[in-house]
Amino acid sequence: MTTSTPTRVELTDEAADLLRRLVGTHGPVMFHQSGGCCDGSSPMCFADGDFITGDADIHLQDLLVEGVEKPIPFWMSVSQYAYWKHTHLTVDVVPGRGSGFSLEAPEGVRFLIRSRLMTEPELKAYDLI
Amino acid sequence: MTVYERPGSSGSKIKVEEKYGHFIGGEFVAPKKGQYFENFAPQTGEVFTQVGRGTEEDIEAALDAAHNAADSWGRTSTTERANILVQIAQRIEDNLEDLAVLESWENGKAVRETLAADLPLAVDHFRYFAGALRAQEGSISEIDENTIAYHFHEPLGVVGQIIPWNFPILMATWKLAPALAAGNAVVLKPAEQTPWSILKVVELIGDLLPPGVLNIVNGFGAEAGKPLASNKRVAKVAFTGETTTGRLIMQYASQNLIPVTLELGGKSPNVFFDDVASERDAFYDKALEGFTMFALNQGEVCTCPSRALVQSSIYSEFMKDAVARVEKIKLGNPLDTETTMGAQASNDQLEKIKSYLDIGKQEGAKVLTGGEQAKLDGDLAGGYYVQPTVFEGDNSMRVFQEEIFGPVVSVTQFDDEADALKTANDTLYGLGAGVWSRDAGRAYRMGRGIKAGRVWTNNYHAYPAHAAFGGYKQSGIGRENHRMMLDHYQQTKNLLVSYSPDALGFF
Repeated sequence: MTTSTPTRVELTDEAADLLRRLVGTHGPVMFHQSGGCCDGSSPMCFADGDFITGDADIHLQDLLVEGVEKPIPFWMSVSQYAYWKHTHLTVDVVPGRGSGFSLEAPEGVRFLIRSRLMTEPELKAYDLI
Repeated sequence: MTVYERPGSSGSKIKVEEKYGHFIGGEFVAPKKGQYFENFAPQTGEVFTQVGRGTEEDIEAALDAAHNAADSWGRTSTTERANILVQIAQRIEDNLEDLAVLESWENGKAVRETLAADLPLAVDHFRYFAGALRAQEGSISEIDENTIAYHFHEPLGVVGQIIPWNFPILMATWKLAPALAAGNAVVLKPAEQTPWSILKVVELIGDLLPPGVLNIVNGFGAEAGKPLASNKRVAKVAFTGETTTGRLIMQYASQNLIPVTLELGGKSPNVFFDDVASERDAFYDKALEGFTMFALNQGEVCTCPSRALVQSSIYSEFMKDAVARVEKIKLGNPLDTETTMGAQASNDQLEKIKSYLDIGKQEGAKVLTGGEQAKLDGDLAGGYYVQPTVFEGDNSMRVFQEEIFGPVVSVTQFDDEADALKTANDTLYGLGAGVWSRDAGRAYRMGRGIKAGRVWTNNYHAYPAHAAFGGYKQSGIGRENHRMMLDHYQQTKNLLVSYSPDALGFF
């Protein structure tokens, strides 16, 4: 999926399909990017509002999924963003055993972040250079 | 050299049932909704058994059993509880080899490690908390001649514990031993990647505890973990995992006004000063092994020394020797005692590590060795293997800042002590660290300066009971492995007693 305006986070088609199913089952959802141990460094998907965000978090993107009414917000802690900000993120999905309380685990799949370095226009758009 | 047969195969004496239920109220019971999920062997990628897919109904049943048992368990004498813990330790020790083999089969790790570390440490841990409990004393404060404050330790009641998949039996032990010693009843949820080995432990030790004192409910985080962590009927939640779930658990705990202990990982620096290389002796050899410790448990350790900081004056030569040492790692069949590194615990873990190998290369980190998924032959071809990998780069790169949880170390240089300390502390986390030096003063200053709960000095990856383990910064709350963990599972009851017959005179 590509958009004309710069983004920080995008979805693969497979991730969008899974999100459509999850929203169908659980209602609106959200992402919070995890750090640290075991299942850390993975995007965690929760029922929207189940994870309370605050000043310690930054809202990186509203992800649009065709057929899903409410955009899916993608959050990360501000401290983690300081180390991640120069990279563009894509939420993908792989077979596996999720963990944490992320909603997709019972489906036998796991959301996964793929990263690439931001391009110069992207860095400019987000005041990173 | 021994190559163990796979559990459940005709040559193995370790039985694997077709499916396993939950352990509730002292017996194995089917999940209320009758659903099971597949459990994979990471060594081959094949399903080898089915495990109960727990839901809120199962968690409630486990909490019923725990609440029925908690009061009488909490009133048992410390001698009685300590003796039971000692018996648990003995049963595990008597079956150590089988448990080590099945833990390797469950998690993918090399049996060499489970035989030498995971299981012996679990045995020792139960014994340690039996001893710590027996030695624990309350206190008395003499307020004045006729007024005395007595402080008693009382159990919290029923506690919830959520266990990670990297050391399934040992991490369960770290949490169970102090909680049970302190007189609590427990509902424990293992990780869904590794739900089976702890059930095999319970098959062995379940009869030693009164029914309901220990309950195990397997299942997914969203379906079983959340109803446990957010439950109004638990007095405390202990969790090992990552930061987002850690925050979520604190958030639930805030709604129930209960305490939590959290262990949330790290990005541990392993610092090598120039004097390490002043001799080519046993200590130099030990330091090279210390560098290579990032591959212990395939790097799936919260304290993996995943950032190596090497003083620039010795950098080239030290790294030549260090890479050579890493290249001696023998990746292969985890059930072969000659294998020094096994399989990653799950497919999604493998995929995550590969995504970090990718971003590391994109950011310009140089691969000194490894850098790819490893392909093994035969039926191990479906397993989840990664080459031990050494990246060279800069501390601002994401492979220096995020816990990859794989056999990957990112190496950078420093000029002097101040520079080393700055880089070591430039991280969100503060769980572990290593310092290597022949200069005791320098090692001491660094050890005190690094903002981490555990600084291994001239050693790494030792986890003895009686040495406190826990995090600074975003690495968590609480200290395991030490009798201070008893406090985390106890209330303090103060009886403030007046022995004076006289009124105060206020009214």
